[in-house]
Amino acid sequence: MKIGIIDYGMGNLFSVEQAVKRLGADVIISADKAELLAADALILPGVGAFPDAMTRLEETNLVSLFDEVVATKKPLLGICLGMQLLFETSVEKGDNKGLGLFKGRIAEFSGKDAAGEAYRVPHMGWNNLQFKRYPVWLSKEALDNEYVYFVHSFYATDLEDADLVAYADYGGEIVPGIVQKGSITGMQFHPEKSGSCGVALLTAWLKGIEKGEA
Amino acid sequence: MLTKRIIPCLDVKEGRVVKGVQFVSLRDAGDPVELAKFYNEQGADELVFLDISATHEGRETMVDVVRETASALSIPFTVGGGIRTLADMTRMLRAGADKVSVNSAALQNPQLIKEGSDYFGAQCIVVAIDAKWSEEDGTWMIYTHGGRNKFPKEAVAWAKEAVALGAGELLVTSMDKDGEKTGFDNALLKEIRAAVNVPVIASGGAGNAEHFYETLTEADADAALAASIFHYKETSVAEVKNYLRSKGVVVR
Repeated sequence: MKIGIIDYGMGNLFSVEQAVKRLGADVIISADKAELLAADALILPGVGAFPDAMTRLEETNLVSLFDEVVATKKPLLGICLGMQLLFETSVEKGDNKGLGLFKGRIAEFSGKDAAGEAYRVPHMGWNNLQFKRYPVWLSKEALDNEYVYFVHSFYATDLEDADLVAYADYGGEIVPGIVQKGSITGMQFHPEKSGSCGVALLTAWLKGIEKGEA
Repeated sequence: MLTKRIIPCLDVKEGRVVKGVQFVSLRDAGDPVELAKFYNEQGADELVFLDISATHEGRETMVDVVRETASALSIPFTVGGGIRTLADMTRMLRAGADKVSVNSAALQNPQLIKEGSDYFGAQCIVVAIDAKWSEEDGTWMIYTHGGRNKFPKEAVAWAKEAVALGAGELLVTSMDKDGEKTGFDNALLKEIRAAVNVPVIASGGAGNAEHFYETLTEADADAALAASIFHYKETSVAEVKNYLRSKGVVVR
């Protein structure tokens, strides 16, 4: 199986590449649409700011890739900023338009909870996932309350209830951790840095691709 | 709920872990990657590599250490020591580090924090603060050169400035407590905790599991770091976490 990692010049691809390789899949890292579409599934990684990432996707002519990903039902996994880009809009450094594969917007942690108590931003560290439902490819995993590694200052909100798979509680906010709709999945945390739970999630996703479930 | 983090720190010189680590279970106790794996298995939440290489070759070797660690492990880690430019940050982050920590270079050129934060995001930029109580000034001041030289900046003011410039996390080491094993400097940590809204890692002074408990609750540090007590097996990450759990602190 071949996984294509979308290389649009944002962030650390190395850890993602290594994590997927450790699980036995072949990896190509590319900014070429045809090459990427030839892979069995795609990963959209990303570290950095939302508007910079959208600009880079436009400059590398990769925005239209996502239309074909949707049309061909090619499994896609967005990680961290890569997940946020799949939403409609973001308020990071201004008003930005995203790829719009998921309904909803990316908002900033306020740093104050409902009672006016301050909490830390970024949301950095290990938080437990609370599952609302399990996609087919994940149904055999018992991962409720397992810890994964988050590091972000913005989060998805106003999304469709049906798209939410698992969330973490931070500062009294429901922080979407995993979203999924059809063949499109997003993870706000870093599965490649999330120890055994991250390995279980990536393994299940890769197996799901093989079985045509992801 | 977000957990408190326990972070072993590895000092690496010319690609080798120093401080005479003694682990019979390891093939090569001086190999940073072997040691990183060991701590990962123990339940470490994160690792910090501090490069104390004196030579250019040694610093080049650090990139290989980072790459090998990122290839072998699936927990986050920070690299500090010798990070002086945006190019240094790029090399380490591309090699698989999750965060870089800047110290003296940021004191000389605070804009380095802003440049790094704008380019990579605040979450990648840790500012390491070495603080020591100064009787003369009646507060904690920044010290450089392992605590020997006073830098004309108050620690708490520098913490605020670093966060305003874009630091996503602070690694606060007490030069008074470092190596003393009598507990973290919770008075200092409390002041810094109250002054900023980013995560704070307590460092310097860990001697036993209770010290971790104190700093994570009393000073409300988000994470606590230690080196020698883990390396010399005076306690273990697992033991510290069990103790914290027994006291009701949420850990992974």
